[in-house]
Amino acid sequence: MVNATWHVAAIRFGLGPRLGEAPPADPRAWLGVQLGEEAPLPPGPSAGDGLRARAEDILDRNRSQGQLTGPTRAGQIARSTAQAWASRRLAAAAPFRERLVDFWMNHLTASRRSGQLSFLVGAYEREAIRPHVTGRFADMLVAAVLHPAMLIYLNADSSVGPNSAFGQRGGRGLNENLAREVLELHTLSPSGGYTQGDVTEFARLLTGWSVAQRAEPFGTIFRRHAHEPGAKRVLGRPFEEGPEAAEAALRFLAAQPATHRHLAVKLARHFVADDPPPAAIRAIEAALRDSDGDLGAAARALLALEAAWEPPLGKLRTPGDYVLALCRATALPEDRPEVALNGMAALGQPLWTAPQPIGWPDHGEAWAAPEAIMRRVDWAHTLAGRLQALLEPRAVAAAVLGPLARAETVTAVDRAGSPRDALTLVFSSPEFMRR
Amino acid sequence: MTETCEGGPRTTRRGLLLGLAATVAVGRTRLAFARTVGDARLVVVLLRGALDGVFAVQPYGDAAHAGLRGPLALPEPGGAGEEAQNPRLLDMGGFFGLHPALARLHAMYAANEALVLHAVAGNWRTRSHFDAQDMLESGASERLSSGWLNRALAAVPNPEAARAGLAIGTGVPLLLRGPTPVGAYAPTGMERPAPDLLYRVAALQAGDPLLGPAFAEGLRARGFAAETLGQRTGPVDREQITFPGLASTAGRLLAAADGPRVAAMELGGWDTHAGQIPRLTPLLRILDDGLAALKAGLGPHWGKTAVLVVTEFGRTVRPNGNFGTDHGTGGAAFVIGGAVAGGRVVADWPGLGAGGLLDNRDLAPTLDLRGVAKGLLRDHLKLPVDAVAAAFPGSNEAPAVAGMVRIRG
Repeated sequence: MVNATWHVAAIRFGLGPRLGEAPPADPRAWLGVQLGEEAPLPPGPSAGDGLRARAEDILDRNRSQGQLTGPTRAGQIARSTAQAWASRRLAAAAPFRERLVDFWMNHLTASRRSGQLSFLVGAYEREAIRPHVTGRFADMLVAAVLHPAMLIYLNADSSVGPNSAFGQRGGRGLNENLAREVLELHTLSPSGGYTQGDVTEFARLLTGWSVAQRAEPFGTIFRRHAHEPGAKRVLGRPFEEGPEAAEAALRFLAAQPATHRHLAVKLARHFVADDPPPAAIRAIEAALRDSDGDLGAAARALLALEAAWEPPLGKLRTPGDYVLALCRATALPEDRPEVALNGMAALGQPLWTAPQPIGWPDHGEAWAAPEAIMRRVDWAHTLAGRLQALLEPRAVAAAVLGPLARAETVTAVDRAGSPRDALTLVFSSPEFMRR
Repeated sequence: MTETCEGGPRTTRRGLLLGLAATVAVGRTRLAFARTVGDARLVVVLLRGALDGVFAVQPYGDAAHAGLRGPLALPEPGGAGEEAQNPRLLDMGGFFGLHPALARLHAMYAANEALVLHAVAGNWRTRSHFDAQDMLESGASERLSSGWLNRALAAVPNPEAARAGLAIGTGVPLLLRGPTPVGAYAPTGMERPAPDLLYRVAALQAGDPLLGPAFAEGLRARGFAAETLGQRTGPVDREQITFPGLASTAGRLLAAADGPRVAAMELGGWDTHAGQIPRLTPLLRILDDGLAALKAGLGPHWGKTAVLVVTEFGRTVRPNGNFGTDHGTGGAAFVIGGAVAGGRVVADWPGLGAGGLLDNRDLAPTLDLRGVAKGLLRDHLKLPVDAVAAAFPGSNEAPAVAGMVRIRG
């Protein structure tokens, strides 16, 4: 007997049931195990591999004097890491962990939309985010902010201390972008009460941290000649001159109560409701505070929230969620990642391309524009046309919706004139659109 | 006279789609609408990311300009010789010069169809993109659940075949969200289900508070858009997903006699923290192409149109260390269209010199953006006082800017 707990676990905390997947005996325990188990890093190119490939592409292009055609090395890395992302999620055995990876990737967005880092985002996930999703937020923050992808994305790689040796030679100076977004988006949030002065001081403190893009070591470096001399003061706390200040300041910001609060609100919004109940926020906030910012503890606090388990499911799936859920519901083979990636692009959420550093929105209204919902139905119908010969619509509905299916949806599926129409109806139903 | 759309020889695909809402009014309503409500068209273009207004419209007549701006100050208009590498500003009357990538906008300016508002900002003083965009679109000092343009639409009757308000692009921006239903248009390249299947999908979604209304609205918008554009299914023209293509489509949809009256679109990418000149120049050209495409799409209706182009805040007057600019305050806005009393730069110029800058970094704002929008709602859409006040609650300190549109007979 399939019960609703399995479907809530698979849909809300996971990536949706996969057709043919046998439900675990204890769905709650199944989620808890995913937080604790050994999670070796998947193979993949490092940030250094990406930067080296890019440098070689530039050499090739210069040598060929613009005659070069065909895919570049960096472009191949961008494509292969995106495909690995999708393949991994089509077949994921620990989908809760994958959802957490995607959640923190969005919190600490480094978007491909800014050109120079398509070939770095896969490495960013692997090196900065994935190792810490059940570890300490401070460790994740340090790894993310000082990763080449983030340093390039938010211009820190070219920010120069005005009084540094490099700055004094003229021509270059401070760039506030990374400092501001760390304070506003990654840690305190505007309610944390920092000032323009804190932004500027933090930007000075971060100067020197840069990326060797054209030569060894092809990665994050500290350029002392670009570092602003002297002590800095952020939120009233002094930090000494030098490379150690960046990590010290990030750890200081990660531990602030306003940061815990901000993270708790975002986690509760993602896993409970667009407007999460205050009690849910408080519970996660307390877990972060009492565990020195342990994200595994925060995830376990989420699982313990009764509000997170109550059907009907109230969150609207984002386009990315919707596409992955549909691909898993149709048992799309993991060697067809391009179907998922193309679907995400067609529905308005191409992988790793949030338009702004704040990341993709996580409330239903942002994704419920009339044309956007119509497109989901178009895409489902298009895919259903290709897959209908392989699938039995009633079995698909039972597997992916189970007891969450409403009677009218079951009736509509039963009465549909073709398997394709029946599948379109399953995937267009509100219960499939939500999580 | 009304007719229902349940079967019968007069049922067309579009009729069926529209019929989902219940009944469709036909006949005299269309004529009555055209004669009683103004024909005015209003388009709002949101430039997300904060356009550097001092770069787009350069105050070269300000003695402090060239010194403060360094490489961002382009050569003044009118001098001898035209350098391809570093083209000159386009003259706007002796003090301001328009960026040369905005050549078509400059032609509109020369034809008195474009108005520039400078040293303008909303009433917020945050330098956060996201807070500022929320307030820009909400029309208030905090994020509201609806946008000012949606609230204004409450006073605009719906045409017979469309919603008065139309979002162009895949999403509906906060600006157009709210209690008044709006249409939406975006091109699509996927296979579309047949109308009867869409009807069954709509029935499944009807009970969902978020999806039900959205889907019904999507059907309505599609039925309308398909007829006006003459394209029902089939591959998408890639050009259409770019801004100029969408702007051209917006113009054609707005040109329909019974089509929408008010539209919103957006163009992102203005957050130029580094390498501003190579990044902004092509983007300004895309904006320029889009505005020209909008004008072309509107055809003769351009004469009844005003287009408001706004961004969430300006940028620092001094370049930062990377030939870019950081988040600032005052900037520029544009009002263009055949209905606009243009050919002028409206600015109570605060000066860039000593003491003129806000916090010694930003262009000091001397005009409230809300007043600009209120002036268009009042004088162009002819909305009553209480409707304007509902669009911009608590905005008494920002009176409507007068004289932006021509007096019409």
